[in-house]
Amino acid sequence: MNLVKNLVGKCKIAALLTSVSIMGSSAVHAAEEIKVGVLFSQTGGLSIVEKSLASATLMAIDEINEAGGVKGMMIKPVLEDGASDPKTFNEKASKLVIRDRVATVFGGYTSASRKAILPVIEKRKNLLFYPTFYEGFECSKNVVYTGSVPNQQLNNYIPYLVNTLGKKKFFIVGSNYLFPKEMAKVAKKLIEENGAEWVGDEYLELGHSEWGSMVKKIKDSGADIVLSNVVGDSIISFYREYANQGISQADIPIASTVTSEIEVAALGGKYAAGSYTSFPYFQAIDTEQNKAFIERYRAYTKDASAVTHHAMESAYSSVYLWAAAVEKSEKVTPSAIRDAVKGVSEETPSGLMTVSVQNLHSSMTPRIAQWKEDGQGVIVDEFDGPVLPLPYSAYGETAESLFCSESGLDSSKL
Amino acid sequence: MLDTVFIGLSLGSVLLLVALGLSIVYGSMGVINMAHGELVMIGAYTTVLCQIYLDLNLFAAIPIAFVVCAALGLLIEKLVIRRLYNRLFDTLLATWGVAILLQQAIRLEFGLSFFGIHVDGLGPGLQSVSVPEVFNEPIMIGDFVLQPYRTFIILIALLLSAITWFLMYRTRIGQQVRAIMRNKEMAAACGIDVKKINAITFAYGSGLAGVAGVMMSGFKTVMPDMGSSMVVDGFLVVVVGGVGSLVGSIVASGLLGQLNGFVAFFSNDIIARAVVFAVVIGIILWRPRGLFNYKGR
Repeated sequence: MNLVKNLVGKCKIAALLTSVSIMGSSAVHAAEEIKVGVLFSQTGGLSIVEKSLASATLMAIDEINEAGGVKGMMIKPVLEDGASDPKTFNEKASKLVIRDRVATVFGGYTSASRKAILPVIEKRKNLLFYPTFYEGFECSKNVVYTGSVPNQQLNNYIPYLVNTLGKKKFFIVGSNYLFPKEMAKVAKKLIEENGAEWVGDEYLELGHSEWGSMVKKIKDSGADIVLSNVVGDSIISFYREYANQGISQADIPIASTVTSEIEVAALGGKYAAGSYTSFPYFQAIDTEQNKAFIERYRAYTKDASAVTHHAMESAYSSVYLWAAAVEKSEKVTPSAIRDAVKGVSEETPSGLMTVSVQNLHSSMTPRIAQWKEDGQGVIVDEFDGPVLPLPYSAYGETAESLFCSESGLDSSKL
Repeated sequence: MLDTVFIGLSLGSVLLLVALGLSIVYGSMGVINMAHGELVMIGAYTTVLCQIYLDLNLFAAIPIAFVVCAALGLLIEKLVIRRLYNRLFDTLLATWGVAILLQQAIRLEFGLSFFGIHVDGLGPGLQSVSVPEVFNEPIMIGDFVLQPYRTFIILIALLLSAITWFLMYRTRIGQQVRAIMRNKEMAAACGIDVKKINAITFAYGSGLAGVAGVMMSGFKTVMPDMGSSMVVDGFLVVVVGGVGSLVGSIVASGLLGQLNGFVAFFSNDIIARAVVFAVVIGIILWRPRGLFNYKGR
């Protein structure tokens, strides 16, 4: 049935094309391709990570186009630079939505950039695919979240640290902004539920790299594990100061929710060796699909030593989830794609990912890795299967009682 | 307690490293060099490149970074600053522009990235420098942990201060620099080649920034915008210490470092930073010309 419809549609287009072709070729392309926006920082401090997200997104688009596109149409990415500045993200999102009339925007890394894109997307009823792990506490009908939320990083992590490693005293440390504070909130609940305690909860300014006092405090606190929500380049000076003050990762390991392959590479595996990170994806995942993915990414970026990491794998997979939704939907409009993406599943390098019908977040399999000297993780624990996303878990959301559902946010539960 | 003092000392030494060059340049030339932080960054990248391409460690990078940054400083002086004497706000803007240029030069790999060429050690990414093995083992003295690398930074900061003192007070060029600091026109009237001395001063200040960069690379993240926040910290020291005063810079960096370390220990780092700024504002209100300052004549 669909096929017939498609054929009819195509004949119509073809007929149209012959009549319009005299007027110029721009209309021809418009009919055969789907424009999407790709909005990451190509310049500025955050470009280190965001460039890899943009590359992964573009690579997925290329792959889909080479395999014949979606619904026989080519995907045409419109690349914009957010310049590590929320205001620029907002302007570029407007440009993509209003002038380029894209069907979807793939983009955003920091929560600040997402919050800057959000009003544009919601007002114009467009669609954003946001690939980064984030703090939750958001329920938008116009955003599909393909990164993990706190419960998908912490629900297995804290029990593992307490029960398997036998750690009882947590020191929580983070950069001073939204994500680390929300992560700390969820972590504290889980720490207490698991019968351990936290002895410190401290923050350092974003981008700050003087860790002397903080590391000394950690040492004096009697903590036997550090839960780190430290973000960005501060990570490097943190792990180094840790070693310099003579704390061994074997005695008081750092358990991070942020440190990925990309930071470990910059930090030097020596300093990270023995510490832990929790993410749904690691480069070390030992499947044929992941190995092939890494190889393709290295060929695509022409960098034989390029590392893959959670947010960029999620950026890559988000395009496939999107394409599956477009195949399913009748029209290629943001709202049609949004309706179609509900419940869509894809086998990705990190395993099976499914977009939740309720809150448009994605279920995925949490894993814990311990870093080795060579800068790669060894996966020491993993969930049996995908875990449901609960963006409001810090406020008591459970799988039985969702705060964010198809009808929107139930604020009476907050 | 000793630990906290040590942390304060190492914070202070880092401040001093950056402020030293800044203070000399500001004092003698009246130029607020916004690109000073970027010169520190270039020093750090010199270390990275030395490590990758010349297989040289951090020690060997110190003289190289000094020469590279001094040469770069000389070039900036000849091309930009010399044309803008006595125009404080113009030099401020111009050196800020130079700062952006330097950052982008590293980020875009001197433009090569437009042609798809990647140079290892450059680009927007984070770079890592490995510290010589001797610095990796902390030395325990009772309960007190002596960090070799931090100690090394403190010693280098003191050594550079001593060298700078010697150059300023025991050499002919230093005498001329001090004369220019007091009164530029009078110095010129006495036959001092102000342009030449200023060029040398600026190059020396830039070279000091380069050495600071080498030291930073060992414990901070090396990336294109690492320098921009340093220039602010450096200026705090210069303003508190008094423009052009070597003793002032040393005392001010020690003071601010200890203040930061102690407040951070008793409350936290974010409050410490606020307290540092509050104290700096207080000091400027109380002594607008800083704790120690030259009397201009």
